[in-house]
Amino acid sequence: MSAWLSQIAKEPDEETSASIRLAGVHLVADRSGALYWPEEKMLIVADLHLEKGSSFARFRQHLPPYDTKATLRQLGRVIETYEPERVIALGDSVHDRSAWDRLDETDRSEIETFAERMRDWFWVAGNHDPDPPAGVPGRAVDSLAIGPLLFKHEPGGVIGEGQAEIAGHLHPAARVIGRGGSTRRPAFAYDQTRLILPAFGAYAGGLCLSAEPFGPLFAKTSLRAAVCGRSRVFTVPAKSILGWR
Amino acid sequence: MNAPTALPTTPLPESFQTWFDAKGWSPRPHQLALLERAEAGQDCLLIAPTGAGKTLAGFLPSLVDLAGRKRPRMGAVGNSPLHTLYISPLKALAVDVARNLTMPAEEMGMGLKIETRTGDTPASRRQRQKRSPPDILLTTPEQIALLLSHVDAGRLFGNVKRVIFDELHALVTSKRGDLLALGLARLRQLSPDLVATGLSATVADPDALAGWLVPQNSDRPSTADIVTVSGGAQPDITILKSEERMPWAGHMARYAYADVIKAIAAHGTTLIFVNTRAQAELVFRELWSINEESLPIALHHGSLDVGQRRKVEEAMARNALRGVVATSTLDLGIDWGDVDLVIHVGAPKGASRLAQRIGRSNHRMDEPSKAILVPANRFEVLECQAALNANYARAQDTPPIRDGALDVLSQHVLGMACADAFDESDLYEEVRSTYPYRLLTREAFERVVQFVATGGYALKSYERYARIRQRKDGLWRVANPMVAQQYRLNVGTIVEMPVLTVRLVSAKQAAQRSKNALRGGRILGQVEEYFLETLVPGDSFLFGGEVVRFEGIHEDNALVSRTEGGDPKIPSYAGGKFPLSTYLADEVRAMLAEPKRWNELPDQVADWLRIQKDKSALPGRDGLLVETFPRGNRHYMICYPFEGRLAHQTLGMLLTRRMERARAKPLGFIATDYVLGVWGLADFGKLIAEGRMPLDELFEQSMLGDDLEEWMGESYLLKRTFRACALISGLIEKRHPGQEKSGRQVTVSTDLIYDVLRQHEPDHILMQATWADAATGLLDIARIGSMLQRIDGRISHQRLERISPLAVPIMMQIGKEPVFGEARDQVLEEAERLDEDALLAEAMIDEELR
Repeated sequence: MSAWLSQIAKEPDEETSASIRLAGVHLVADRSGALYWPEEKMLIVADLHLEKGSSFARFRQHLPPYDTKATLRQLGRVIETYEPERVIALGDSVHDRSAWDRLDETDRSEIETFAERMRDWFWVAGNHDPDPPAGVPGRAVDSLAIGPLLFKHEPGGVIGEGQAEIAGHLHPAARVIGRGGSTRRPAFAYDQTRLILPAFGAYAGGLCLSAEPFGPLFAKTSLRAAVCGRSRVFTVPAKSILGWR
Repeated sequence: MNAPTALPTTPLPESFQTWFDAKGWSPRPHQLALLERAEAGQDCLLIAPTGAGKTLAGFLPSLVDLAGRKRPRMGAVGNSPLHTLYISPLKALAVDVARNLTMPAEEMGMGLKIETRTGDTPASRRQRQKRSPPDILLTTPEQIALLLSHVDAGRLFGNVKRVIFDELHALVTSKRGDLLALGLARLRQLSPDLVATGLSATVADPDALAGWLVPQNSDRPSTADIVTVSGGAQPDITILKSEERMPWAGHMARYAYADVIKAIAAHGTTLIFVNTRAQAELVFRELWSINEESLPIALHHGSLDVGQRRKVEEAMARNALRGVVATSTLDLGIDWGDVDLVIHVGAPKGASRLAQRIGRSNHRMDEPSKAILVPANRFEVLECQAALNANYARAQDTPPIRDGALDVLSQHVLGMACADAFDESDLYEEVRSTYPYRLLTREAFERVVQFVATGGYALKSYERYARIRQRKDGLWRVANPMVAQQYRLNVGTIVEMPVLTVRLVSAKQAAQRSKNALRGGRILGQVEEYFLETLVPGDSFLFGGEVVRFEGIHEDNALVSRTEGGDPKIPSYAGGKFPLSTYLADEVRAMLAEPKRWNELPDQVADWLRIQKDKSALPGRDGLLVETFPRGNRHYMICYPFEGRLAHQTLGMLLTRRMERARAKPLGFIATDYVLGVWGLADFGKLIAEGRMPLDELFEQSMLGDDLEEWMGESYLLKRTFRACALISGLIEKRHPGQEKSGRQVTVSTDLIYDVLRQHEPDHILMQATWADAATGLLDIARIGSMLQRIDGRISHQRLERISPLAVPIMMQIGKEPVFGEARDQVLEEAERLDEDALLAEAMIDEELR
């Protein structure tokens, strides 16, 4: 079997996730929007946007104040499933600079509990959180290179031979059209050298792959989307993604 | 009050009598009756057909009162010259009525200031109107809410003597009606002596409408006096008799266009009503394609640019048009030219709705209106016949007035806090004096106030960001001026789907996407964002009667260019799909059940029913017919509830869930206004016959319990309902001060909010509001409830070897309409399989090459 056929092979014990091969590395795209690197026991999540709800409340829009709890609950579930030893939060972990101060005690201690179980916890800087986090464990970094993979918040850097870039920032979502209508879901967007994670945060939202920022980032025909469906992750080709040019 | 008798000595002042005499007119009895009621300080509802002089009847008491009045000067409370408010559901109607009112006022030399105020009124004039109000102000419910939220509302409205509600029947059944009812209660606080007058077309429940006009403080319901003008000539309605073959399915009625053109040519001005904007586009285009005499036929629907619509209206008023294809935008009573024929393409959906549309032709009540109904398929023939019978019987099926919505109340509470500090108990009593909120509990009201203050969550983390706060004296007041500004930008209850402006550019300009190109591009109108998301650049669609090519999206513009030919996709706008009314549904079932009545129907249709009777059975009037048969490699179950598309969709979702549990392996379903069809892999007929899927269990009323709850959580229809509640209640903003330009950045998707709220606080007040809407709105659950009750113990199963005649229409719709379903993962699975197939195909080539 050729190497690329393994792209669609499913992990026997992970029926709801999809397998992605990038720069020779085997990665698992989880339905929650998290990415797992089994070889390194490493979990990657992007764009948590914690405290987005309270950020809006400052402008007197009272969104349900449970977004941080919902996001952390989901993160807890993923950690339970994969039992990682290392976690990378790929930037925009909080929605604004003062958000760390607004975390309530339960949420803060939940993050601490998560981090204490890990060998490493990396907070990659994002445009919403350029400063190192206050009052939570973990190492603040601008970017991170592990093996052939380069982790950074904003996609679009130069990628060396045999390497690949893993980024967040854009919150990719794919609209897919079929006979039964169309559906729009968060998605991992990737080709041979780059992967962009969907946003993990409960209020983070998504940007359609047809939007302009994605155009220059991927080769026209080799883009794929690992779409987070309700039941599992579906791997769809560029031609099924609406508006991809 | 009926036939006019000899008039008593006229109660009219001399100048009025002189004016009437000069015109050669005499006041009609109902006009004098309203004058008498108003002078006695009695609230009153006038129910009259089109052409009865309703508007003058409404204004006559004001004009008479104003004639004897010394104009106050704006100053202290009670000195505002604003005497009469006129509130209409349509901006255009307010403008039109102002014009008609100014004439008599000027001819009688009354020196009155009569002004309109709508969303289109320039800001400078709105400011001036507050400083120096007119005597009579003609406006809309949203403007009333806005004005009431200002600190000087008391001064402005303190002297109002009369409030006139035009087309009240159309206002009260929506959330706009709730907002207006709350506004009326506040107006009564500001000016306790005011007299309310409602003007309405005939409705099913006049007492409720009369109750809406008066305060409901006491234990027993109170109502306004009702003055009814009966009569109007019997309309002349026919169903189009065509030589062409009557289609089994579809909504476009192509077979009839040649006859429609003939009818237009034979009349002065014809209004052609359709049910959806997509139908309007198609009918317009098809009529022009066979319009050999080049009769001037225009198009009018809500997505078109306002300027374009105004042009059509003006041309109509000048009688320069022979035909106008229109959606419900022309339903209400503006006098535009001499329409002498109404053609209704597609089923009328409701008896009252049809009566009103027909009333648009011939505005003189003593002459018959003329209408032709054009059913688009065989089931619609039955519905048209039922509507025609109802019309002759003068039956009415207007919807009842619902309980007031909590999202609207939230908006109003914030508005009241912007106007002035309020006492919670006082405001509660005021709110409860309105008809829609007369049963509101104190507890629910308190939760609404908490919601307005800080979101009303169990987790209280937003206290410091409150929008309203309780002062030391216990009164609630808006927390800062910014909140009032936010409120004013977001007032109103009309929630549109997100739309983009459609701009015509050249293909070259579109490619460059230059700013200049956008500035030069003509605006054709607006189209819902979700529709455009289904297009790829290069696709064409019908818009404003022309085929345009989609070039792309730039900011909030959809760029299109002119194009020739091609097979256009049709805009499938969200608006305009009314479900079949309960009354008509019952009539259709009654007609089906009585073969004697089939001679009213065209032969083709009667034959169809006769064959159905032989091959299967007829749906009974009260029961439910369920047919099962195999076809191809699938099994089908077809049910005939006739409860409307929305109820059928919900029913389909719930049924397929239960069928899954019975291991019937349902694959999908399709719903029309009349029929619900489910298909799947297992032999449905056998499962039913062998008692493994008993029909009375399948259709048990418990369906609306747990199953519903479980499904609703995931339902996008519920999410759409939630979105409307979130916008109206002010949970999220339609517009934010100073951020209009970056509009897309400042909102959080309501779907995400819904998911989080449902998980963490499922009994939040906004979730309750959403469920309340769902009962009557997009999910029509209330109707399924009454249907399940009706058919209990009366379900009959026909296990057939092949498709029945009655099942043909829905079987033909399969594959033509998007299948309704929410297991959208199917779509993804399809795409994935496509991918795998391609990969495997590539793999094979690879192998061969090796």
